[in-house]
Amino acid sequence: MDARRGSLPVPRVRQVGFFTPNAQPAPTRSQSGPPDSSSPPLSDSPASNSLSPVMIPPPRHHSDNLAAAPRPTSPLPVPEPSPFRRRGADNNNALLVGSYNPAETLLAMSPSSSHVGDGESEETMSGGWFRRSNSGKLASSLPSGTFDFSPVQSTAEALKPNKVQNPVGISEVSARPAPKEQQPEAPSSSKQPKPKLTKAERRALQESQRAAKAAAKAPGGGKSVAAPEEVATIKSVKQHQTQKKDAPQVAVSVAASERKGGDKSQEKERRKDAPAPRMQFDDKSRVEKAKRRSVVDQTEAKKRVELFRHLPQYEHGTQLADLESKFLQLDPMHPAIYKVGLQYLAGDISGGNARCIAMLQAFQQVVKDYSTPPEKTLPRDLTAKISSYVSFFTQCRPLSMSMGNAIRFLKNRIAKLSPSLSESESKSSICTDIDRFINEKIVLADRVIVQHASSKVKDGDVLLVYGSSCVVEMVLLHSHELGKQFRVIVVDSRPKLEGKALLRRLVAKGVHCTYTHINAVSYVMHEVTKVFLGASSVLSNGTVYSRVGTACVAMVAHAFRVPVIICCEAYKFHERVQLDSICSNELGDPDAIGKVPGRMDVNYLNDVSNSGNLQLLNLMYDATPADYVSMIVTDYGMIPPTSVPVIVREYRRDHLLI
Amino acid sequence: MKEQTTRAMWWRSPSFILDNRQQQPNDTARGDALSIPLSSPLPPSTTMADPNPNPNPNPLTDKISAYYQTRAAHHGVVSSDWLAQAQAAVGHLPEADDDASNNDQGAPSGKPFSVIDEFNNWRKQPDLAEAVAAIRALAAVIRNSQATTMMELEIELKKASDSLKSWDTTSISLTAGCDLFMRYVTRTSALEYEDFNSAKTRLIERAEKFGEISYKARKIIAMLSQDFIFDGCTILVHGFSRVVLEVLKTAAQSKKLFRVFCTEGRPDRTGLRLSNELAKLDVPVKLLIDSAVAYSMDEVDMVFVGADGVVESGGIINMMGTYQIALVAHSMNKPVYVAAESYKFARLYPLDQKDMGPALRPIEFGVPIPSKVEVETSARDYTPPQYLTLLFTDLGVLTPSVVSDELIQLYL
Repeated sequence: MDARRGSLPVPRVRQVGFFTPNAQPAPTRSQSGPPDSSSPPLSDSPASNSLSPVMIPPPRHHSDNLAAAPRPTSPLPVPEPSPFRRRGADNNNALLVGSYNPAETLLAMSPSSSHVGDGESEETMSGGWFRRSNSGKLASSLPSGTFDFSPVQSTAEALKPNKVQNPVGISEVSARPAPKEQQPEAPSSSKQPKPKLTKAERRALQESQRAAKAAAKAPGGGKSVAAPEEVATIKSVKQHQTQKKDAPQVAVSVAASERKGGDKSQEKERRKDAPAPRMQFDDKSRVEKAKRRSVVDQTEAKKRVELFRHLPQYEHGTQLADLESKFLQLDPMHPAIYKVGLQYLAGDISGGNARCIAMLQAFQQVVKDYSTPPEKTLPRDLTAKISSYVSFFTQCRPLSMSMGNAIRFLKNRIAKLSPSLSESESKSSICTDIDRFINEKIVLADRVIVQHASSKVKDGDVLLVYGSSCVVEMVLLHSHELGKQFRVIVVDSRPKLEGKALLRRLVAKGVHCTYTHINAVSYVMHEVTKVFLGASSVLSNGTVYSRVGTACVAMVAHAFRVPVIICCEAYKFHERVQLDSICSNELGDPDAIGKVPGRMDVNYLNDVSNSGNLQLLNLMYDATPADYVSMIVTDYGMIPPTSVPVIVREYRRDHLLI
Repeated sequence: MKEQTTRAMWWRSPSFILDNRQQQPNDTARGDALSIPLSSPLPPSTTMADPNPNPNPNPLTDKISAYYQTRAAHHGVVSSDWLAQAQAAVGHLPEADDDASNNDQGAPSGKPFSVIDEFNNWRKQPDLAEAVAAIRALAAVIRNSQATTMMELEIELKKASDSLKSWDTTSISLTAGCDLFMRYVTRTSALEYEDFNSAKTRLIERAEKFGEISYKARKIIAMLSQDFIFDGCTILVHGFSRVVLEVLKTAAQSKKLFRVFCTEGRPDRTGLRLSNELAKLDVPVKLLIDSAVAYSMDEVDMVFVGADGVVESGGIINMMGTYQIALVAHSMNKPVYVAAESYKFARLYPLDQKDMGPALRPIEFGVPIPSKVEVETSARDYTPPQYLTLLFTDLGVLTPSVVSDELIQLYL
């Protein structure tokens, strides 16, 4: 069909969710002819660099460059693929050995370079010519320039060339600047204004720098030091490769700013609108810094699971006693905060809504007891205070995304306080705001969700629920009160066994229940008519971030064609996109999965748990892709998972303002 | 008198006759219906209203979707039993008259104006969709209202739209059209700051604009879809949709060369009627029986269907058989295009086929069916969004996920 309608204009189609802003497909990199030496390289780079890495950057226009370049010598570089590829391979080897000849590759690959140099000796000259004019553009094609030149680099280099050369579609231009970038001529670029960096880029940059530093410090030194750094480098390599795929321009910016170390003021500006970066726990110096500030004394787990080094992994069970002993010191911490933090730590408060409400109420208490210190203003000082409390909570237990949203709301309210208000007025206004948030976004929202969701419960239904979600429980009880005849299958999983508590409450109300473990989910699924699940958060690509095991249940249900209904308040929606459950997760106590309470005979791990080659991984959350979700019930009604970004877009504003 | 002529015309329509046939066994239900304050002088409306506002005493009775009756009336499908029923119905005319007079007395506020009248007036135009008729009728409610405050007017409007909705609860577009009208017309913040009269004129303005948009929707859709019909393509259509006909008509008029496969569209054979219309336009048509869809799908370049309603998931509710055509098309990677006006966007979210209000329709098999054999009389099915490629609406060409976007923006 497509072939036949080739000549037709492609009509404009509206879409929701993620799509490229322009209708044009990918940037036509093959078009980038030899850049004009006179034109400043950054003409279009700031705009393109500010793009988020998710989006495909708009195609760049090189027509002016092409026009300026000598026509006869620069036909569009579209050589036959085979020689190019072979040359690419040669180049490969050269890179590996470290004795490539830039002039040669330039000559061989692009006619335009012929006027640049005709021998090995032009290296410096061409370097200047090239660098000055187009470090912005050329580097964009290849991420190799983003690395600094340290011994550790060799691994990265070894990995890279294959990746770079193989896609012929990228064309030679992308390959050409590679040698140039490799030359240690950092100063030449220092004059150029720094392009903007995104958070991810900055992190990548920092990581690679750190890696380089560490490697320089201990070249081939103690294995214990080197190993994690290598991991970091490899990770950064990975990052760059993905960036190259999505947004080559982004990689440039890393390259450019790496030489200088980033521009402070611009970075600050960016920090304002970017959400606060999550702490990466494989980042040693930051962890050190955080430790010095922290109240909670946590010992790091001795055996950390390799893939999840970026998440906090602490020895469990040690902090609580320590904190309790500190309770009377009460130095900077408000007692209400301290209490809630301890409850988080001990696991007395769990569940997204309960934790969020407890936190907000603690903040409310703080605000009530607050008095502005002399020579400070309430909005600034209170915000700082709350930030320190939040970091305390984070140390007790990582915040959920819903709590992050609530904190954002609170800080926003504090920042928006009219300066004309007196202290008591602003305090009471904040308190009422918190009350309204709890009431409207959680309590009332739950009621609406229950209304909607129980309309989907029909007589004769068999409902499957997993774990224990308070909204789902309310739905079940409400439907039961309405007199609907249905059966519930409570699916549970170790080690938390939260389903048992839910089961108890349901049975007490007279709901007909079946209890089973997740191992049997594929067996019970054939009789199920609907699956009701809760969520810790719903991300804007429709991914449901929820208790570990949810994804499994949803996938089995999908395979059995059973509709999966997610009940989630809209304040838990988050604009982040997450594709897996690795990059952001929470790790529970690893011992919990190694031991079975009350079963002394299950002791297979007792003597091996200290062995070096055993790592226990107790993940708390997982991500369910949107494909497996039939419907999300929120306080705004029943929506398909594709509409989560719509809610986030339409209501984020008044969500923050109320 | 206008009412008189209205009634006279209506009596001749087959749906009225169908209603009468229903009235016979269902006397209790009708008694309930009479108590509803419907001002309609028309017997069909009373019976049609009965399934919903009141608990139906016998839900298993063979009730027929009013929506499909209306369609039958518009499309003038004359079946063999139509004549028989028409004959049988003659004897019951006086009774129907009684109903009408009873109803007149029970009119909501004793006002001469009634929404249902107005609605039926508009509805008689064959080209006017039910929802557009409802929208026009509601606009007339605002115009004729004697309310003196905004609140009063809104309540009146609400009442009118409720009575319209209960007139036929099986019609998704009618319900959705009324809801959308209410949202679109009354949801303007400017109303709060104006005096009543200017607010009222503003309302009328908006109402008329909305009516205009809805009326023109078909033309807009036909225009939008022209980009997708290319020379030499084969289009499979299912059922009789006025929008799809408009699309094909516009394509034919702009000298596009294409051929159309029409399904037969059992049980009311709407496909036959569409093929008739297309043959008049000199479009090459081939008629398929409903079960030959998979057989001929490899020749088809695209599937065009209309919709009774577009639901929040982006899926559609349409005449029985749409789902299986979409499944076949999906498995053969053929695009499925839906042409639907935006007033069909409904705040419904069916999870599966059975998760909808039933709309039933009698099916004639030509031979007597043994009483022990059950017949599936459901008139429509739900096609989930993943099997649809694009929706052509008067809001533009949308992917299924945008439907929810539009609905959220409109309703929240």
